[in-house]
Amino acid sequence: MIADVVPTPTWYLVLAAVLFGIGAVGVLVRRNPLVLFMCIELMLNAVNLSFVALSRKLGDIGGQTAVFFVLVVAAAEVVVGLGIIVSIIRRRPGATADDLATLKG
Amino acid sequence: MQLVVFVIASLMVLVGAVGVVLRRHPVHAALSLVLTLFGVAVHFVAQEAHFLAAVQVIVYAGAIVVLFLFVIMLLGVDSADDLRIERLPIQRPLAAVMGVGIVGLLIAAVVATRGSEPLQAGAGINVAGVGIDDAVAGHDANITQLAGNLFADYVFAFELTSVLLIVAVAGTVVLTRREKPPSEEDAP
Repeated sequence: MIADVVPTPTWYLVLAAVLFGIGAVGVLVRRNPLVLFMCIELMLNAVNLSFVALSRKLGDIGGQTAVFFVLVVAAAEVVVGLGIIVSIIRRRPGATADDLATLKG
Repeated sequence: MQLVVFVIASLMVLVGAVGVVLRRHPVHAALSLVLTLFGVAVHFVAQEAHFLAAVQVIVYAGAIVVLFLFVIMLLGVDSADDLRIERLPIQRPLAAVMGVGIVGLLIAAVVATRGSEPLQAGAGINVAGVGIDDAVAGHDANITQLAGNLFADYVFAFELTSVLLIVAVAGTVVLTRREKPPSEEDAP
């Protein structure tokens, strides 16, 4: 019966891989710095998903602790990153990632 | 039943993720991100990580996405950007190749190690190795074990996160502070 099929950790790891790939492609193709940050959040969530899946597979709560730390670091990263974006866009309204090429040689 | 939950939550995750990448409007992208985060939270519940599911909804969907929306509205950058304009013509194909490559390699690695022997719990790292599928687990067993691991084994790292948060808050305040125009008293 198809209803008796139980998802294994491998399914979760494959889903996390696909989610990470979507986030990585998003970082590469989008130009809006805010959307870039959202794509980074997608990749962090993919890693969290694989942490939890492996935590269950190995019977080790340490994976969930790692997710906790990833959450904290992601929150700090978003705060600092959005502060940088606010100060950049305040100085150059409508700036995209392509416009910030001042350091280009 | 578990299969149904997995399929629905995975659809939420993938539809939201594709929406973040393809939506032209930043607000729509942020709302798609909420869909993805809720899907991941459902996956957390399905894998008995109840505390992390609650934290995921509260911190990610509740705080981080609201922060994104605040910044979008504050800066007025809620104009849709045109995805058809691409300054580097080769970038899209290269990005697609890299995305397919990453996903392919990761899936190959996962499938190749699928049948291998599971690692010893706690081997190589200093954790108690408490199984989360213990039969004695009560309704709050997840929180109890997570707290035991976090506040006993990783308490130093936990204390360091407070330093990280203070530094992040102070740094953001400094970064976003407006330059004050020079007042007359400073002038010679």
